[in-house]
Amino acid sequence: MTTTPDQDTALTAAALALGDDALVLSHRLGEWAGHAPVLEEEVALANIALDLLGQARVLLSLAGDEDELAFLREERAFRNLQLVEQPNGDFAHTIARQLYFSTYQHLLHTELAAGDGPFAPLAGKVVKEVAYHSDHAEQWTLRLGDGTTTGHTRMQRAVDALWRYTGEMFQPVEGLGVDWPALETAWLERITRVLHRATLTVPDGPRTGAWTAGAGRQGLHTEPFGRMLAEMQHLHRSHPGATW
Amino acid sequence: MVTPAAATPLEAELLELAGSVPDPELPVLTLRELGVVRAVHARGADTVEVELTPTYTGCPAVEAMSADIERVLREHGVREVTVRRVLAPAWSTDDITDEGRRKLREFGIAPPRVRPASGAVAVALGPPRTLGPRAHGAGAPGPAPVPEPVRCPHCGSADTELLSRFSSTACKALRRCLDCREPFDHFKEL
Repeated sequence: MTTTPDQDTALTAAALALGDDALVLSHRLGEWAGHAPVLEEEVALANIALDLLGQARVLLSLAGDEDELAFLREERAFRNLQLVEQPNGDFAHTIARQLYFSTYQHLLHTELAAGDGPFAPLAGKVVKEVAYHSDHAEQWTLRLGDGTTTGHTRMQRAVDALWRYTGEMFQPVEGLGVDWPALETAWLERITRVLHRATLTVPDGPRTGAWTAGAGRQGLHTEPFGRMLAEMQHLHRSHPGATW
Repeated sequence: MVTPAAATPLEAELLELAGSVPDPELPVLTLRELGVVRAVHARGADTVEVELTPTYTGCPAVEAMSADIERVLREHGVREVTVRRVLAPAWSTDDITDEGRRKLREFGIAPPRVRPASGAVAVALGPPRTLGPRAHGAGAPGPAPVPEPVRCPHCGSADTELLSRFSSTACKALRRCLDCREPFDHFKEL
């Protein structure tokens, strides 16, 4: 396939945006290793992180050298959504982040897989893998939301807290050719259905505008992200070129 | 189901060799039975390109598979071996051969069920328990349901329950048999 320089630039930018989402969330989920509430969840979160890391490697390789991009870029050069960089919080916060993001990822990649663009082959695999991630997040949302009073309160607190980060997901990413308003409508419908089944209230706070997130794709990130990157990049920067 | 491609008798022979390599994580299966070797192309004298598709995008076994294929073909006299990773069409558990499914079961892993071949499949959350009264909800976008139950690989019972959606590797789920009470891995449909 021949592309013009403009198309190449758009392709690289889109690969970075999607690749950084997957890489950063993968790292956040990896932080649960040794800390998850039960062994099965430790394994589940690590497996989801591994799927995301595999997706990130393919995407970042489309944009350049995967190791340089992951380990040698500064904070401002990352193009991920602010949602995925949010700290794990309690287990309910991690599940709310998973619910919001895996639903988005599933809808987005279903559309990309149906097209004939450069992301279609990968998207075909992502859709299958993320179906299990989103199933995992929905099951936990139901169990916590429709469970004990404590679980319900904490799950509600988590879906409320992350709500303001969800509008950013639907800012158009150039070069993807996606119907973003339709994607957002489908996302809202699906999230509303899950939250209602879990006896939770759909948050009524704003998702766009003032006091909401919206600049991750432009390289502006929240305060905890720099510290996450410091930890993620520390080994590579301390031992340049090391292999094992 | 994707059938591996080999245009010439030499390519067919090399495909057979590459496919005979055991899977590094499930050594009871060969790569042919797993359905991950897509094609072998002979490019001029003693240069061969092998197309390999990963089960999961992040599957860490791909590097070991590539190295094993290169070693086997070199031992057979091929000087230059390139293993190329292909993503499309996406690998499916339907690409595992019948022989592969039988070996998985004997190894103690419930094989993935074969999906109905019809076009559109309604998506719903799968019930944790395969028999019994527990109804499942109409959520989306969980994995597409497969009508037959997951059977215990030890005693054959269809009464089994899900313990965890993710097990020792991303491709497996952890289940328990409600008859013989043994836990077992289930190769998830993908």
